[in-house]
Amino acid sequence: MPIKTVPTPQLIFEKSYPGRIGCNVPVCDTPEVDLQATLGDLREDLHLPEIGELDLLRHFTNLSHINYGIETGFYPLGSCTMKYNPKINEKTAALPGFANIHPMQPVETIPGALDILIGVQDMLSEITGFDHITLQPLAGAHGEMACLMLIKAYHEARGEGHRHTVFIPDSAHGTNPASAARCGYDVKSIPTDAEGNTDVAALEKALEGEGGKNIAAFMLTNPSTLGLFEPNIEKICQMVHAVGGQVFCDGANMNAMVGTTRPGDHGFDCMHLNLHKTFSTPHGGGGPGCGAIGLQKHLEPFLPVPVIRRNESGVVVADYTRPHSIGRVSAFYGQFLMEVRAYTYLRAYGKEQMAEISRHAVLNANYVRARLKDVLKPAHDRPCMHECILTAEKYKKEHGVRALDISKRLIDYGYHPPTNYFPMIVPECLMIEPTETEAKETLDAFCDAMIAICKEAVETPELLHDAPTTQIVGRLDETKAVKDLDVRWKFADTRQPVTV
Amino acid sequence: MSNVPDGLKYTKSHEWVRLEGDVATIGITDFAQSELGDVVFVELPNVGRVLGAGDSFGSVESVKTVSDVYAPIAGEVVEVNDALGSQSELINTDPFGKGFMIKIKVQNAADVDGLLSAGDYSGLIG
Repeated sequence: MPIKTVPTPQLIFEKSYPGRIGCNVPVCDTPEVDLQATLGDLREDLHLPEIGELDLLRHFTNLSHINYGIETGFYPLGSCTMKYNPKINEKTAALPGFANIHPMQPVETIPGALDILIGVQDMLSEITGFDHITLQPLAGAHGEMACLMLIKAYHEARGEGHRHTVFIPDSAHGTNPASAARCGYDVKSIPTDAEGNTDVAALEKALEGEGGKNIAAFMLTNPSTLGLFEPNIEKICQMVHAVGGQVFCDGANMNAMVGTTRPGDHGFDCMHLNLHKTFSTPHGGGGPGCGAIGLQKHLEPFLPVPVIRRNESGVVVADYTRPHSIGRVSAFYGQFLMEVRAYTYLRAYGKEQMAEISRHAVLNANYVRARLKDVLKPAHDRPCMHECILTAEKYKKEHGVRALDISKRLIDYGYHPPTNYFPMIVPECLMIEPTETEAKETLDAFCDAMIAICKEAVETPELLHDAPTTQIVGRLDETKAVKDLDVRWKFADTRQPVTV
Repeated sequence: MSNVPDGLKYTKSHEWVRLEGDVATIGITDFAQSELGDVVFVELPNVGRVLGAGDSFGSVESVKTVSDVYAPIAGEVVEVNDALGSQSELINTDPFGKGFMIKIKVQNAADVDGLLSAGDYSGLIG
């Protein structure tokens, strides 16, 4: 591997030079106003950087060059569905008719926007098999929580508010127990069996007697975080329903099922979707999330307001008159421009080709799994869904190389690492989700890199321990970052910046 | 290989117990700290809390994860390791010594007989 040295970039504050300016303001030809007198106490201690226009331009351009994203390279971060978000999404979201409307506008003036919302709702309803969709929750965990709030309202309306336990598999994402606890529920962990499925015998036992009387819901991720489809899903839903519990589907892995199979048909009562995973709206800094939820008829009275629906005349309205509603879960209608992007994506794909999403996502993950299985053992001996879970346990035991070291070394090879150490029930876990938008050549190049790294792990493990060595920073001290969090640049009393 | 000292008792959930008279010292094992990675925060109970066997009495947070820690046997908390507040790394560097978590006055010293021996535990973690 050629070592490429990249200089550590300076912060904008370090480039500041007293008195330098980025643009010349023309001489004022109107009476000058004393800002200090008009605005009050103007702070002198803000340390605004003083820099020329060209240096400023270079600063941010160079920073952008050291960024890594799906538009610069392969991003196989498991459980995150880092698919390519087609550019046409941005084009439609920027249309003035969408971009310039305001949530405080009278609802009668935005029929087009309401049409988008109900269009997304209708399509998601058809894709998931749920009777109702609301787009309001602003993130995946928010969607989980909204579903649990609906379930809680449902139980209370039936005089069963005593139900206080939520069952969650031990493979679940941490947001599940967090959402349950946030809704005031106790959490009971359900084990996973040797095949990677929910341990049905353990569930049966947990549902006996008091367990069954007190269960409010079972939160199940399908396909599971192990990248496996739950073969007993119908039976599990029946078992929980038989004792009066509800079943929530964590839809983080919906990309494995789009157009192929529907959670609403499996027996689930409600689910959440991550539009920023499955339906190609941006992740993270690129835009806010959307944790749309789907639910069956019996939960409909409790939907958060406003409910976007067609009235008796077929006109789309925002309905606030909902006596049993759990209330608002967010301001206004959710992340509207994200719905525009999701709408665009869904319409661009079209119903006929929707299944290609999940088929290619599953195919790509199984291809990676098959190519890597001789160097990194799959956690379970069966085909995976949209992501494959591999274990680096052998390298830890025999060569002192951990999953983290492999991930860090991948950075030197020019790839974003996969998710590691999740799910926690798999030792030295690497979770690879290629998504459907990658070509075979990309997957091959990535697999070649992984195979080369596994060879290095045996022959030159120090290369992995020291990685990454080709980036602007080396191995970061994550422990210090957690224990001694310091994210603020510290200025000296003078205007000159100091390093800390 | 993880260190599994003789003379201690162990649990499947990776706690260890050292019984001296009717006081049991409890911590997490070398294997557990190695799996967790660098410990960055430790949550401990208050002195005086009465624990049943299997009760969660605190948690250990590492850069990777947060794990609950369970009381192997029943008893009342008589001491907690305050040093972990500022030096959580003691769990990594000395899990069976300075990195202990709590001491409890046990209800029934014979309870430890039901726990794993060093040999059993070594077999469990392979």
